[in-house]
Amino acid sequence: MLDDFFIRALLAGLGVAIVTGPLGCFVIWRRLSYFGDTLAHSALLGVTLAYTMEFNIAFSVFIISSLIALILIQLQKRTNLPGDALLGLLAHSSLAVGLVVIGFLTFIRFDIMGLLFGDILAVTVDDLLIIWIGGPLILLVLKLIWKPLFASTVNYELAEAEGLNPDRAKAIFTILMAGIIAISIKMVGLLLITGMLIIPAAMARNISDSPQKMVVYSIIGGVLSVILGLFSSLEFNTSSGPSIIAAALFLFILSLLNIKQSIKLKN
Amino acid sequence: MSSNQNILVKLKEAGFRINDKWLVKGVTLQIEKGKIVTLIGPNGSGKSTTAKIALGIYKKIDGEVEKYTNKVGYVPQKISIDWTLPLRVNDFMTLTENLKADAINEALSLTGVIHLKDKNLGDLSGGEFQRVLLARAISKKPELLVLDEPVQGVDFTGEIALYELIKKISDELNCGILLISHDLHTVMSATDHVVCLNGHVCCSGTPIDVAKNNEYKALFGEQASQILTRYEHRHDHIHTTEGEIKKN
Repeated sequence: MLDDFFIRALLAGLGVAIVTGPLGCFVIWRRLSYFGDTLAHSALLGVTLAYTMEFNIAFSVFIISSLIALILIQLQKRTNLPGDALLGLLAHSSLAVGLVVIGFLTFIRFDIMGLLFGDILAVTVDDLLIIWIGGPLILLVLKLIWKPLFASTVNYELAEAEGLNPDRAKAIFTILMAGIIAISIKMVGLLLITGMLIIPAAMARNISDSPQKMVVYSIIGGVLSVILGLFSSLEFNTSSGPSIIAAALFLFILSLLNIKQSIKLKN
Repeated sequence: MSSNQNILVKLKEAGFRINDKWLVKGVTLQIEKGKIVTLIGPNGSGKSTTAKIALGIYKKIDGEVEKYTNKVGYVPQKISIDWTLPLRVNDFMTLTENLKADAINEALSLTGVIHLKDKNLGDLSGGEFQRVLLARAISKKPELLVLDEPVQGVDFTGEIALYELIKKISDELNCGILLISHDLHTVMSATDHVVCLNGHVCCSGTPIDVAKNNEYKALFGEQASQILTRYEHRHDHIHTTEGEIKKN
């Protein structure tokens, strides 16, 4: 069954969606969408590194993204530039450097479109293994740091005062972000990973009144987006990443109807 | 050193500065089990900063802080809840500790907001939210309570009831309380020790000691001094020079 590329893609997509659901909620709550973008852009460097050193792609993307996150923290401490400027600087320069390096590697054939927007044909059994081992691992760690991470998202000082160690939780969360980008880059492509994180979570926000519900709806939204997106990608012969994100957008628009209704009810 | 077992937090010549600007410096105080220490002082005198030093929120400080407990309940002076978070009162109650439904209900009932349990945090009024904040801090039965203007925005009758509640909690849980308040009237009746701040400790002692202090009078005026002494008769214990407390 795993011989069928479509089944592989579906399994990969579902594995990714289950993880991006809860992480995406935190990305929205903590206003980290540009941070996610920056890590994702830097993933291209990781990919080139993987090709030149004949390394596992997910692993090298994880290393490079974590490194970029570290550099960002250092830059924030040492310069007076605002956070969004630093994020833009790192995102575009790492993307540019990645593309320049690809230009030098003429002996390897790169599928740039696949890297940027995802390629379902490229999902191998090895990728599946990485997703279904790495994904649950990310979820497990997230569950372990949930309390301090969530408390410090609501109020940092409260979490710090009551002994929850929010700084450690934040550092671990950054590593988890690098992890999800590493395992999902083949599915949705590096330009659209943040969309996979944000859009299902945004959809979930519209229809939930508690953090737990938002996480559950976000996972369901992601799973539906993957199924819908992949089937239409097969049907219309479009890239997998954009198809999945478009499906997520469709669900988001549906969730807006729910808001309208509840506003009407209030009046 | 047997009396040391009662000490929850100890500040020794503690201070905090951002670059070269001191927010507060040279603060020495200790909070003991079952005692209420109140910080008073004008705006910008370093009250909240002192509380944050005691809580360990500020780490790069001058002087020393020794904290002997990790069971802390904190009501910050300012807290803004983000609209991007779907958060009900019930979710907020278990923010830093998992609590049984009974404990949540009890705390919310004590502060008079049990009816708001399933409401969205963003839909509460200022006073209602303040009561929820206090309920959250006491629900975990802390050893140390730090209350930074805990009754701001609460209506007049509620204010008195909440101060009585705070006094009751300090007795029942035998927890130490660091209280920051502008309301000299209500606070003084329950306070064991007053620290008057103005960028540094300007004076400290029992409410009566502080009221008689000239620096205090200079800072707050003669009228404020009378407010403090008015509560003299309500004291049911005396403080000996050794720092012990005897019931009358």
